[in-house]
Amino acid sequence: MSPRPGFVLDVDRSTPPTLFWHGERFSLERLPEGSRVIYAPESIDPVADPSSAIRSALRHPVGDSDPLPALLRAGMKLTIAFDDISLPLPPMERPDIRQLVIEQVLDMAADAGVDDVALIVALALHRRMTEPELRHAIGDRIYDAFAPNGLLTQHDAEDPDALVHLGLTDQGEDVEINRRAAESDLLIYVNINLVAMDGGHKSVATGLASYKSLRHHHNPQTMQKSRSFMDQQRSELHSANWRMGRLIAAAGVKVFQIETTLNNDTFPPAFTFLQKREWEWGAKDRLGYLAASKALDRTPPRYARKIFHSVKAPHRMTSVQAGEVEAVHAITTEHVWEQQGVVVEGQTDILTMGLPYISPYNVNSILNPILVACLGLGYFFNLYRGRPLVREGGVLIMTHPTPWEFNPVHHPSYIDFFEQVLSETTDPIEVADRFEEGFATDPWYIHLYRTGHAYHGVHPFYMWYWCAHALQHLGAVIIVGGEQAAVHRLGFRAASTLADALEMARDVVGTSPSLTHLHAPPILMADVQ
Amino acid sequence: MTRVRDALAGKRFFITGSTGFLGTALVERLLRSIPDSEVVLLIRPGRRATPMQRATKEIVKNDCFDRLRQEYGERFDADVVSRVSAIAGDVGTDGLGLDGDGLKKLSDCDIVIHSAASVSFDSPLDAAVEVNLLGPSRVAAATVAARQLAQQEGRRGPVHFIPVSTAYVAGTHQGEAKEELLDANPFSVEVDWRTEVGAARRQRGDSEAESRRPDRLARFNKEARGELGGAGLHLLAERAERLREDWVKKQMVEMGKARAQSLGWPDAYPYTKALGERALVSQFGDALPMTIVRPSIIESALAEPRPGWIRGFRMAEPIIISYARGLLREFPGVPEGITDVIPVDLVVAAIIAVAGESLIDPPERYQGPTVYHVASGVRNPFRYGHLVELVTAWFTEHPLYDSDGQPIVVPAWSFPGRGRVQRQLTRASRAMDLAERVVGSLPIRGRQAEWMAALEEQHLLADRALGYVELYGAYTETEALYRVDRLLALWDRMDDDDRQSFCLDPAAVDWETYVRDIHLPSIVEHARVRTTPGKSIKPNRADRARKAILSTDRHLAAFDLENTLIASNVVDSYAWLASRHLPAGERAAFVADLMREAPSLLALDRRDRGDFLRSFYRRYEGAPVDRLRDDGWELFHHLLLAKSFPAGIARVREHRALGHRTILITGALDLVVEPLRPLFDDIVCARLGEADGKFTGRLDDLPPIGEARALVLADYAEAEGLKLEESMAYADSASDLPMLEAVGFPVAVNPEAKLAAIARRRGWHVEHWHQAKGGAQPLLPLGPIDRRGSLQRGRTSAAALAGAVRRTTGGGDR
Repeated sequence: MSPRPGFVLDVDRSTPPTLFWHGERFSLERLPEGSRVIYAPESIDPVADPSSAIRSALRHPVGDSDPLPALLRAGMKLTIAFDDISLPLPPMERPDIRQLVIEQVLDMAADAGVDDVALIVALALHRRMTEPELRHAIGDRIYDAFAPNGLLTQHDAEDPDALVHLGLTDQGEDVEINRRAAESDLLIYVNINLVAMDGGHKSVATGLASYKSLRHHHNPQTMQKSRSFMDQQRSELHSANWRMGRLIAAAGVKVFQIETTLNNDTFPPAFTFLQKREWEWGAKDRLGYLAASKALDRTPPRYARKIFHSVKAPHRMTSVQAGEVEAVHAITTEHVWEQQGVVVEGQTDILTMGLPYISPYNVNSILNPILVACLGLGYFFNLYRGRPLVREGGVLIMTHPTPWEFNPVHHPSYIDFFEQVLSETTDPIEVADRFEEGFATDPWYIHLYRTGHAYHGVHPFYMWYWCAHALQHLGAVIIVGGEQAAVHRLGFRAASTLADALEMARDVVGTSPSLTHLHAPPILMADVQ
Repeated sequence: MTRVRDALAGKRFFITGSTGFLGTALVERLLRSIPDSEVVLLIRPGRRATPMQRATKEIVKNDCFDRLRQEYGERFDADVVSRVSAIAGDVGTDGLGLDGDGLKKLSDCDIVIHSAASVSFDSPLDAAVEVNLLGPSRVAAATVAARQLAQQEGRRGPVHFIPVSTAYVAGTHQGEAKEELLDANPFSVEVDWRTEVGAARRQRGDSEAESRRPDRLARFNKEARGELGGAGLHLLAERAERLREDWVKKQMVEMGKARAQSLGWPDAYPYTKALGERALVSQFGDALPMTIVRPSIIESALAEPRPGWIRGFRMAEPIIISYARGLLREFPGVPEGITDVIPVDLVVAAIIAVAGESLIDPPERYQGPTVYHVASGVRNPFRYGHLVELVTAWFTEHPLYDSDGQPIVVPAWSFPGRGRVQRQLTRASRAMDLAERVVGSLPIRGRQAEWMAALEEQHLLADRALGYVELYGAYTETEALYRVDRLLALWDRMDDDDRQSFCLDPAAVDWETYVRDIHLPSIVEHARVRTTPGKSIKPNRADRARKAILSTDRHLAAFDLENTLIASNVVDSYAWLASRHLPAGERAAFVADLMREAPSLLALDRRDRGDFLRSFYRRYEGAPVDRLRDDGWELFHHLLLAKSFPAGIARVREHRALGHRTILITGALDLVVEPLRPLFDDIVCARLGEADGKFTGRLDDLPPIGEARALVLADYAEAEGLKLEESMAYADSASDLPMLEAVGFPVAVNPEAKLAAIARRRGWHVEHWHQAKGGAQPLLPLGPIDRRGSLQRGRTSAAALAGAVRRTTGGGDR
């Protein structure tokens, strides 16, 4: 039986309650009759033999590129960069695709007699990965072969000696990237494409760039002009990265891009009910839901978080393509759409979404209030093509406990951003003008970013910019079950129940609003007609 | 023109005790009501102020003079202040400590009024003896000498001496007490005042000697340590010496009380005053014309200079305010007993009238010393029950408010006996003492510790209440009636104008009006208690303190590390580092060892932090330097940062942003604090010796803790040209006292119990900084399991550290 496509359910009297994520918990909510629920397509069939598929892709590249073996020669300088901990979500079961791909690449490099090989984690301004995380991503064999010799490094966007300025784009944007990567004879980028924004020129132009370069597109103006940033045709973020990618190529950096896509198998068997449509839940799913939600109700949030972050996704690879960046990415994008696309008719007054415990920036950490905002208003809101799911002036209702909690190791500048910046203003443009430079150049944050596992000082700003389009578009944002103080600091409203939230929303959008629920994860992309 | 005023006009008065309640009122009244009068004040020179400066600051600037200031306007200085002069002297010294010039000035005076007294009912025996017993005779002796000097120069010299005594010298026995010399009083026990003086002085010597006995000194030291912990030798010694002095004082107070009670007086005050009268009369009764004025309990003014004027917090005020605040629920007394209270202006008027008469009457009519009572009990009795009724009604109508702006309900009075109240209060005080001891021995900090400090404050209040009952109980239970026949006769002799100006008739007081409209409003205003409901909208103390700390005027901010910026300590760091490369199988044993040692480590840390660090750091002996330095970074990012207080780190950065220097002064090891270097301008920490790539386990220098920390800070400030009084220090424990005391703006961060108590007493700013809630909070501070167990490098260091652990633990067992 072939997987069913995405589906938009019209809620009627017989519709069972709908599952909402609520951080480390979930709940079943009865939506008003006439509401719509958007479900992602079912997981499409993965490639049967990932290793041979990868090998084949490396040997049969797309676009203007020679097969990888032909690009490798003894005495060359080879750098392999790969996506960091932010992909995929949740982290996938071993073996990680990165490991499979890099093993193949290293085999071919060994065959060609290449001995100057370096691995670089494409961190951009993300936190450095820990040893166990790296071992998980690339496997013990590669880790033990490279790490002790200093050949596995994490991109350091604040090490002036490890960066090189390649020039300015026609729009005057600085392009400054990792020196080792730029000065290699061949730069191989190993990507996992979870959402449509990932990959393409963004891999190198963002993943290996410095603040000086990133600030040209990681800003409120760009984000407000990206509608959405998941839609390549209408994303200013995409355009900027493409300008930079082309400049990188023009500067003589030879990039061999390897992109992979995943299916929607997001949760392990114990949580299959999370993957299914509620009216199709069997006894096992109902039992699973009950067991999980009862157990979680009794688990302190700290431990619940621990349990969830130990969950590994049984993602399977649906495609792998290699070669010239733009040609590769065009195919990748098609695969992403095939797995995630859902056609939705028309916009809605109220968009509801249940926010899970995880976002790209809190793997093995906590979804702090800023990340809650970013996950809802940045990521989920932007999962559209054409028009936003919610109309202009509409209301976004999210469910998440939003505790005033931060991980001081991973998110030190977030703490200060929340205390010092959001207490002054929530307007992204004002935030950027008044505060960004101070945080971005702060030596203490830079120190923590470079030596520890902290996101860069400017990172919370990017999270807030990610929300810029939604903040401009929406009439109100309500967080159901959110800690009031934290929600208010974000500039949103807190409601204790979904019913209360709907009441509050009516004040904004009128008495008989239309409502649409984004049933994610698994991730979907709404093609709003 | 009137008789008294006429008689006194243009006269010069010599006054002792002018900075006191009665003295100030007397000076003001003389200057205001006696034309062209002048006053010469005997004032103890202050450490920094001349007598005249003290007179200006403590007397003329008092609100007692507001009326005069207003009446005279610009001419106040020329017409009033110019009539005041001050000479240096002390009634506690023979000859009053007068120089020739002083004696000359005294000889130019007409009337000498001695109102200096140690009025505190709990002054040490010897102090009371010097001032109350010997004081009047000393003033009399000086006056006699001044008369002789004047007469040699053909002048008259002082003609009359008016010592102010107290009605209570007549005892607190039932029945009437007449206005007569003590010799004539059948209830007065005959004792030789000279013997008493000698005994009191010897008593002081004995107590001083007793306090220096080794076992006592050891006890003071122990107590000081209990209070301050390991605050360092200097501070402990200072505190112990204070405790010794306090102990001697307490001994002397108790001696005074015991001796007084053995002779039938409630306490040392009336006892020394009574002997003072005897000494005075027996020595100078014939040589110097004198009139003794004996007021009862002096309270706020009825009308002059304005209704309700009062100076200082006296006997009844603290009791009334304690009652209104709900602290003192009961005070002993019999409802039908008489509270003998007399407004200050009536006493002043009586003194002036007595002085006037002394000049009106020709000297040949003087028939020896006479006594005047200025008391209300007979003429205008005020029952204790009535007083309580008025006070309760007034505070029910005008309640005080607690810190939350809620009105405080005053308790109903049940007129219990003194014994019962005393027992209740003693019990309460003991219970709190016990609670305090128990809580104080718990390793608490932060809010709980502050709660503990609040408990201590309650304890103090309970003790104070007990003190009031012990001290003043006798006075509310007094059943003596002080007759005022002579005073009333004086009143009769006065003409209408004099009566207008110098009202001394106790019948003039309408007690209801006096208590309700005059006395209570005045003392409530004085007590600075909350009289309005609701939360204050003014920035609170903490906000103001924070603003002062975060001002650009400040220079330097010094920080402690453990429990000030990070909820961790040297043992945590060590456990993490030592377990970092331990094979999984050995970790359990390692943890068990460390846990077993924990109590003795804690005890050693409490005793002496320096010894603790030195002995603890021995564990690093033989550990590979490079490996540990690398691990130090991991330790920081995995454990220390996770346990850090983000608000504390933000504060350091805030100080730097304001241009303050920031310095971390910690007993932690350099390899542990190295990752913090970019946060501070400078770091001073402990450093282990190294040899052949291994740590020796010995510290290179004295670890910067306790007093050494204060010295480091002082040296640093001096070298950098920064002022300590413009600097901040942040620390969490009493062992950091030397550093905290060294700066102008100490901040107690999450203080442990002892520091919380100290901070509360001294009004230091307190910050409560928490770990970030989302941080990992491991149960045990252990390093992650080393997956590179197979790597030779890792194993060596693990073995070395683990070996070091075993060696030290083994040593501990023996």
